Amino acid sequence: MTAGRNLVEVENLVKHFPIRKGFFSSRITGYVQAVDDISFTVARGETLGLVGESGCGKSTTGRLLIRLLDPTSGRIMLNGADLAHIPADELRTKRRDVQIIFQDPFSSLNPRKTVEGIIAEPLIVHRIGTKAERQARVAELLKLVGLAPDHARRYPHEFSGGQRQRIGIARALALNPKFIVCDEPVSALDVSIQAQIINLMRDLQRDLGLTYLFISHNLAVVRHIADRVAVMYLGKIVEMTDKNALYENPKHPYTQALLSAIPIANPDRKRQRVVLTGDVPSPMAPPKGCRFNTRCPVAVQRCREIEPPLVDTGSGHQVACHLVTP
Amino acid sequence: MRHRLFVSGLVLLGLMVLMAIFADLLATHNPVQVRARFRFRPPSFDNFFGTDNFGRDIYTRVVYGARLSISIGFAVVLLTAIAGTAIGLISGYVRRLDNFLMRIMDALMAFPTIILALALSAALGPSAFNIVVALSVVYTPRVARVVRASVLVVREADYVHAAQAVGASNLRIMIEHILPNSMAPLVVQLSFVFAYAVIAEAVLSFLGVGPPPPTPSWGSIIAEGKDYIREAAWITLFPGIAIAMTVLGLNLLGDGLRDVLDPRMNVDNR
Amino acid sequence: MGRYIVQRVLAAFPVLLIVTLISFCIMQLVPGDPAVVMAGPQATAKEVEQVRVQLGLDKPFLTQLGTWLYGLLQGDLGRSILLGRGVSQAIGERLPITLTLALLSFLLTVAIGIPAGVIAALRQNTWIDQTVMTVALIGVSLPNFWLGLMLIIFFSVVLDLLPAGGYVTLSQGFWPWFKSLLLPSLSLGLLQMGLLARITRSTMLEVLRQDYIRTARAKGLPAFKVVAKHAFKNALIPIVTIIGIIFSLLLTGSVVIETVYSLPGLGRLLATSIFSRDYPVIQGGLLLTAAMFVGINLLVDVLYAFLDPRVRYD
Repeated sequence: MTAGRNLVEVENLVKHFPIRKGFFSSRITGYVQAVDDISFTVARGETLGLVGESGCGKSTTGRLLIRLLDPTSGRIMLNGADLAHIPADELRTKRRDVQIIFQDPFSSLNPRKTVEGIIAEPLIVHRIGTKAERQARVAELLKLVGLAPDHARRYPHEFSGGQRQRIGIARALALNPKFIVCDEPVSALDVSIQAQIINLMRDLQRDLGLTYLFISHNLAVVRHIADRVAVMYLGKIVEMTDKNALYENPKHPYTQALLSAIPIANPDRKRQRVVLTGDVPSPMAPPKGCRFNTRCPVAVQRCREIEPPLVDTGSGHQVACHLVTP
Repeated sequence: MRHRLFVSGLVLLGLMVLMAIFADLLATHNPVQVRARFRFRPPSFDNFFGTDNFGRDIYTRVVYGARLSISIGFAVVLLTAIAGTAIGLISGYVRRLDNFLMRIMDALMAFPTIILALALSAALGPSAFNIVVALSVVYTPRVARVVRASVLVVREADYVHAAQAVGASNLRIMIEHILPNSMAPLVVQLSFVFAYAVIAEAVLSFLGVGPPPPTPSWGSIIAEGKDYIREAAWITLFPGIAIAMTVLGLNLLGDGLRDVLDPRMNVDNR
Repeated sequence: MGRYIVQRVLAAFPVLLIVTLISFCIMQLVPGDPAVVMAGPQATAKEVEQVRVQLGLDKPFLTQLGTWLYGLLQGDLGRSILLGRGVSQAIGERLPITLTLALLSFLLTVAIGIPAGVIAALRQNTWIDQTVMTVALIGVSLPNFWLGLMLIIFFSVVLDLLPAGGYVTLSQGFWPWFKSLLLPSLSLGLLQMGLLARITRSTMLEVLRQDYIRTARAKGLPAFKVVAKHAFKNALIPIVTIIGIIFSLLLTGSVVIETVYSLPGLGRLLATSIFSRDYPVIQGGLLLTAAMFVGINLLVDVLYAFLDPRVRYD
């Protein structure tokens, strides 16, 4: 096992949400297969981008990794310890190593707390430092994310969306985590602000040696920050490789479709537009065979019967498609 | 317009509360002393609101009645706030208990409030304390449901998830995050509970299960005056006005608070 | 839809069960010995013992509960010692009067409250609107028993138009019967009228602002048709909900209004039983009124499904 190089190793992670019906018995009538047997690793200091349409399970994956949700099965190894199967008290200490940055800068800050109360909460929960020490730490964190220490006594509504996102980042950093799940951290921001936040996150990664899982539906944003990218479709990873390989040479038809939808600044460069038709099938009843077959422009009979495994097609470029051969 | 109504509600309620606090100073007579010579005196400079069949001064009794009504109302608000918040928080946050707790609340709400309160105070015996207990049992479900509903919204906020992600305990999350953000509808609901409690206390006293006589209670003064309505209507008139003023004040306050604190709950359009 | 109705009916059962248990347990709350309380202060030890045996209080709690539930299934709510007869019969005799009263005041409430709310909404911010709303607000702040007494002072004592109390049966003529119930239904209904007018007004205002109303107006439909056909129909759903609540409030209010007007209804029976600590009657009355409440709520739920095609049936 390469516990040295990889900070996070996810193996066969599954999350099924039961669908209950009935008044007396709460009968389980089915499952939403939000995350269905995915495996990936994130190396120390690396950023893994996780992309896909809404409802593909990428946010659920993020929430499983920080254990906001309990996985149905599978392992989440962090530094050699399995977050999915450790006792509650150990999980509490382990939580210091894993943090999250949320998408919505308005819902992610408690409107009734001051900035100081918000950023210091992780320290209070883990009983770190005296009140004065925590104040000093909050001031330090505010400076780190580009805010002024005297912002500490204000309330969230006094800040703009970008500033609020910085506060959220400061809170995530309070416990000196090793790994941060960034759940669409810039999607709710103006485009002009997005770049600032992305740059801040890159600087913090470099200075503090952070490891990111960067979840986004926006491939252009992911390109700016990720080292490697995993593409999810209906609870499965369909393609995963280095950033350059993915953007220059996408192999899975779904990835190709996603990439072809990104507008290109250079009008001379022609790219074939792959247009997806139809809706994403319900995760309650995913299609048989390859999950993408109902919308795939090149699907053949085999795709409707057998589910393709995620295989290495050479130099770590993993693809789950019958039509892509090594 | 709205603002003015809210302020007038505050003034009305403030007047009643002041009356309750300074009852000893405002009273002109002894509230319980029987003076047969002075029976059925109509309102005058000696007896502002007249006298009753025992020659007691109605004005003084109404003033002391304010003390009883306001303290009972306040005690009910306090008890329902504590019990309702606790049940609502637990029900909304600990989903395993939700169904069980809410079925009990549903059952309590299925009773006609006054009839349940009557039965409870009849069983417990007539006293101010038992009225408080009975009314609190009756109104707790309303508060619990309001709190639960806002907990269900707040618990999905990302700041709650953030607290969970750092390993904060459920208790801490409830007290630090969910409770403060569920306050607005709670406060609005409590002002209406106060109003209901004042009316309910009057009804219970009117029907004779309130604090035993000769304790001056608005409801029992009206009950006594009922038999003399032809010859001494003032006995009935003034305590009723006192009830109406208090309840009107609370209703105005509640409407105003709802507009200020929680625009989403607004029923009236401006 | 049929499934939805069945589900609502099934959901009412656990509530009814808890309601039954609570009603039964009321007697357990009595501090000390209920038999002593019921027998009265002058009772001898032998009389107390007699009461105890008659009430079944000498048996263990679960046996008492079992006996009560068994009786309940056969429509038997036990015996009232004070009245010397079955609780079910006593209630059965009184109930029609209470229901008549509730129905009459319900009709008054709807007949006045809804038009008042609609007019206030259509004439928003005029003196009509403000008058309706002020009356409504004061209305919901008045204790109904006091309002009842004030109406007696005005209509019976001052004007001498209507009786101050007492019940006249329908067999003695329609007008005497109607006159004996008019003041009680008014005092019961006036408060709910205010409530109904307020809700009607605000939902109408809400609906009148919708795009489809503007469309209806823009295409030149007459104003009356817009209001009647498009606006009111859509405002009806919240109004139906509140009407369910109002009917329940009317039943509750009957306890005190029947006392004010000396009407021999269920409310009066309950009030006197509470005064004389007649626990079997209290239990039975409590259970019956709560069961009616549950039934009304059920009816509202079902009505809802008919009125609003968007109600989810699962």
